[in-house]
Amino acid sequence: MSGTPVGAGAGAGAGLPGGQSLFAQAPEGAAAEREQSAVRGVLLIMTVLMVLPVLSIISLLLIKGLPAISLEFLTQFPESGMTAGGIFPAIVGTLWLVGVSLMVSAPVGILAAIYLNEYAPDNWLTRIIQLAIVNLAGVPSIVHALFGVGAFVIFMKMDTSILAASLTLAIMTLPVIIASTREALSSVPMSFREACWNVGASRWQTIWHVVLPNSISGILTGVILQVSRAAGETAPIIFTGAAFYLPYLPASVYDPCMALSMHLFVVSTQVPNVPEELPYGTALVLLGLVLCVNAATIVIRSRLRNRRKW
Amino acid sequence: MRRIEPLIEAVVHICGFSAVFFVIAIFWFVFEEGASFLWNTLDWGQFLGSIEWYPSSESNRRYGALAMIVGTLSVTMLAMAIAVPFGLGGAIFVSEFSSGRTREVLKVVIELLAAIPSVVWGFIGLMLINPLIMSVFDAPMGLNVLNGALLLALMSVPIMVSIGEDALKAVPDSYREAAEAMGATRWQVVWRVLLPAARNGLLAAVLLGVGRAIGETMAVLMATGHAIHIPTSPLDSVRTLTATIAAELGETARGSDHYQVLFVIGMLLFTMTFAINLIADLTIKGVRR
Repeated sequence: MSGTPVGAGAGAGAGLPGGQSLFAQAPEGAAAEREQSAVRGVLLIMTVLMVLPVLSIISLLLIKGLPAISLEFLTQFPESGMTAGGIFPAIVGTLWLVGVSLMVSAPVGILAAIYLNEYAPDNWLTRIIQLAIVNLAGVPSIVHALFGVGAFVIFMKMDTSILAASLTLAIMTLPVIIASTREALSSVPMSFREACWNVGASRWQTIWHVVLPNSISGILTGVILQVSRAAGETAPIIFTGAAFYLPYLPASVYDPCMALSMHLFVVSTQVPNVPEELPYGTALVLLGLVLCVNAATIVIRSRLRNRRKW
Repeated sequence: MRRIEPLIEAVVHICGFSAVFFVIAIFWFVFEEGASFLWNTLDWGQFLGSIEWYPSSESNRRYGALAMIVGTLSVTMLAMAIAVPFGLGGAIFVSEFSSGRTREVLKVVIELLAAIPSVVWGFIGLMLINPLIMSVFDAPMGLNVLNGALLLALMSVPIMVSIGEDALKAVPDSYREAAEAMGATRWQVVWRVLLPAARNGLLAAVLLGVGRAIGETMAVLMATGHAIHIPTSPLDSVRTLTATIAAELGETARGSDHYQVLFVIGMLLFTMTFAINLIADLTIKGVRR
């Protein structure tokens, strides 16, 4: 369902000679029409100015970062006080953080969305839950970091570790999964559920056998989006588990680790005399990872839309 | 299956309430770490009214956060001055003036814009906008309010476009049809019918953008120059509340006054964004009624 209004421009004018719109010949006429095309032009320029930065940033990073990227860059440790060598431990660390945070936020987020969409009555309590989700999404990332320090690093005695950083990331990205899962669940028509209830299935059986199978790709989209958010975040992990530099790879979730986002921050601001291609290469790898993951969700979503039968 | 169903449903219910639990937990733990300083030591007059921030001075420690508060507000306001027209203009263009393929492509690009991590934005500010500002304005340094505001504008535009577009979409098509039937051009429909009708939703879009801008950390940490100073022009360097926490928390000993004052700043940020999100949510709900 696209909400395209019945058009005064293209739609209505299509059948008239000279491409003239039927409505444009109404009394206000030419002046209004001129104003309309001027405004359209201005809005077009504004939109292009918004789109342009994405393209220029990606191309700049490609031009300056690609020369740095080689097999050694991706598979070696940093050397000479991080002014040379590769980013291997940062890539591994980011995978750890994303993986562990996903193991927490995906089940909790999906179940929370199931509750809100399938069980929650329409009352003030549900309203409060929704408000909490909106606010959780709006909490500044540095406040999540403070929370992670207070709750996980100190209170639960996890120290700075992958576990503490991942849990912080998990809570931070929870609203992403809840929102997209809810959207996926609510796109399953009510009649599917009613049919299932009518043959005697319980609420949970209906969810498990009918609702979830019909919304799984939409749920997957949300999970992938969470991956992209978690991979890019820096502030929440600086004090909870990401290390400046480590000469070894983490062995378990109780070790700290390096991370791509943190590494980009460190080599571009904290370390003197870093050759330019090093941070550019790191930025390109990080952005490449995030954008590829996002592109995957876009592809899944458009496939989904074409395949849907209802 | 039947037997474990109550168990599953119990877990579902608990997860359903998790967001409420986490918001309370965030408030509690941030508050708890800074509480003793907040009650016993903190001088509110100094904290909100002085620009003297000397948290690690040997003789006379002062915790004046005014320069940082002004820093946050100045970067946010300049960012909004840039982002609001672009964000709302973009929302109007995507929702009312484009269709089919153009619209799909625009939405994808705006989604990608939203996906760029903040540390990458900070890097862009450092490497691209910094020299650009230096050469355009002939300034000695390009890490300043303007740089941070440009980054924040680019970061908050996607959220404004998507929420603003939703708000415009929510206006019933019958409004458009009625206006067009009376001979209005598309722009007249937007200006006189849609904008008034979608007013609340658009306001909420702007508020959510403001919330995003106030809370942003890495980009402003890297791009605003890190000077504790009340800015007099957009080319002055500043430091924001978020950047102060990010830059100083690592250097402080746990439990020290300096450590605790950073948590108090965190509380201030949490309260500000909480209020903004609450107002935004109430405005959106106002539309539905």
